[in-house]
Amino acid sequence: MAEDTFLTDDFVRQLINVGEVDILVGLPTHNNATTIGAVVQSIQSGILQWFPRERAVIINPDGGSRDGTPELVTGISIDDLRPVSNLHALRTLHSISTRYGSSPSRTVAFRTILAAAELLRAKACVVMSPESSSFEGEWISKLLRPIRHDSFDLVTPTYRRHKFEGLLVTNLLYPMIRALYGLRIREPYTREFGFSGRLGGEFLLQNVWDDATGGHGIELRFTLAAITGQQRICQSFLGQKDHVELRSADLVPALRETVGPMFSALESTFTAWSGVTASQPVPTSGPDHEALLDPMRVNRKRLREMFSTGVAELETVFHSILSPSTLAELQRIAGLEEADFNYPAELWVKTVYEFAVSYQKSVISRDHIIQALAPLFRGRVFTFLVENRNGSTEDLENNIEGLCLEFERWKPYLLQMWKSRE
Amino acid sequence: MREMIISELSQALQELARGFAHYLPRLIVMLILAFLGWVFAYVVKTVLRSILRLIRFDKLSENAGASQLLNKAALPSASEVLSRFVFWLVWLGFILLGVGVLGILGLQEQVAKFFFFLPRLFVAMFIMFFGLLAASFFSRAALLAAVNANVPSPRVLSLAVRSVIIVFVLSIVFEELGLAEETMLVAFGIAFGALMLGLAIAFGIGGRNLAQGFLEKKFVRPKKEENEDEPSPL
Repeated sequence: MAEDTFLTDDFVRQLINVGEVDILVGLPTHNNATTIGAVVQSIQSGILQWFPRERAVIINPDGGSRDGTPELVTGISIDDLRPVSNLHALRTLHSISTRYGSSPSRTVAFRTILAAAELLRAKACVVMSPESSSFEGEWISKLLRPIRHDSFDLVTPTYRRHKFEGLLVTNLLYPMIRALYGLRIREPYTREFGFSGRLGGEFLLQNVWDDATGGHGIELRFTLAAITGQQRICQSFLGQKDHVELRSADLVPALRETVGPMFSALESTFTAWSGVTASQPVPTSGPDHEALLDPMRVNRKRLREMFSTGVAELETVFHSILSPSTLAELQRIAGLEEADFNYPAELWVKTVYEFAVSYQKSVISRDHIIQALAPLFRGRVFTFLVENRNGSTEDLENNIEGLCLEFERWKPYLLQMWKSRE
Repeated sequence: MREMIISELSQALQELARGFAHYLPRLIVMLILAFLGWVFAYVVKTVLRSILRLIRFDKLSENAGASQLLNKAALPSASEVLSRFVFWLVWLGFILLGVGVLGILGLQEQVAKFFFFLPRLFVAMFIMFFGLLAASFFSRAALLAAVNANVPSPRVLSLAVRSVIIVFVLSIVFEELGLAEETMLVAFGIAFGALMLGLAIAFGIGGRNLAQGFLEKKFVRPKKEENEDEPSPL
């Protein structure tokens, strides 16, 4: 088996001691001592409350934590829950921690979880983020029930989140994946999701572990594999998602983690997306979106400045990536005053599609292509913020829907460029 | 007297004829070698051009920035230039072999030197090409990183990276070719030192406020303020 080559003997021995399970909870960690205790307790209470008769295990692949995270995971006993709840364990809930390396890698961690699921013949699996402070035990049920009871293969979450958070998802990932593959999955890239043991086993055998994208965005590639493999996919509303503390410097890593794998998958999945002409909703438990409208401080001026600087300074790079007409239009809007600035949806869609084709042609280093998208994305974010500054949830949804329809309308343009490439 | 002149003249003519007869076969051999060399060089050029097109050498050269240099000099594409260069090199090699057959002493020594020089020339060209490729890659990486980090004057930074790498590559190339090694070493030392000094002065005087701002932002200002600048992408 493939997993024989990278799982440690000690880890395999612990898995053998567990035997077969019905439910596997994957919890990849790296220095999460501050939040991991509450997360593990929520997982345990979720399993006790919703799946008391199921055989369950928590698998914790750790990327070299130095703050005692693995010890915390394995040290929390299910008995600790009893004083605060009336839950009683009918079966032993195992917690196994394994250190896969000295530095964190989401790809290796996920592969470890899949390999463990395969060895334990887990019927349903769920991966949870160790950082979530809003995590509740009920999330386990919401992500696992559709698999255990309705035979779905992948359950992606939907959240209640601030209208200006997750802008890469709302302005690029969701609309483009929807236009390409025809499925309206609101959170195609997520760190909390459920999947069947069968889907996990199939993905484990795919040749995705050492490819050209450097192992980035394994979660997104898993979602794409489920879509192109025509697996049964649904969404489940979990509740409010934490405010994510990210800095502006985190945009390029986020693009590498998501847009890179999405562009990279276009070649291998061409037959799956080239014939799709419209999109369909996926079955959803609860609302597929909810937005918080609280005011948020955003430095819009800085976003526009970084866009304009990027367009001016990266002109030589954009010459290799964009068509002359698109570049000329970007240069025109880069010169506009803040009050007049508008990066329209149509131009944004053309920009993204031209980037995707250039990525495929490798006109320059692929990582440089991804980096070059960052200033343009900031320009698009500026327009999105202005358009939705005072808008209601419905206005916001209409705006996103309009962008999605632009992505769908311009898909023939992508296909035309794709077919005429060298 | 008259007979003596005629005799000397005929003797000289005979020697000339003898000499010509002696060299004629060698000359023919040289011409045959030159002809064969031309045919061989032409075949090599054609094959090389096909291989370069197959491996998209022009795209590589475009990435390295070599194509832009060729365009400015009104030269054809990089693959064409390289295949023509190899054609002339191979043909010249055959011609020099032919010249060697003529048995002219001084010339033979020069021919030997030429063949001795060839491997170094190829290594130098190899270093130059990949040096340009590296200069282009790293200068673009610096440009993108500077733009995304909102560093002022990103092109200057990118140009500095490119210049340092090209100066370094040129010094290696000249050393490999064995051309004015000492002069090049001194010139490289002066150019590199001047560049570093210039950058140090520029950053020290011109960028004092910038450096202060950068360090404050990095270490003093609380992260929360930075977070409020931009919404989370994911």
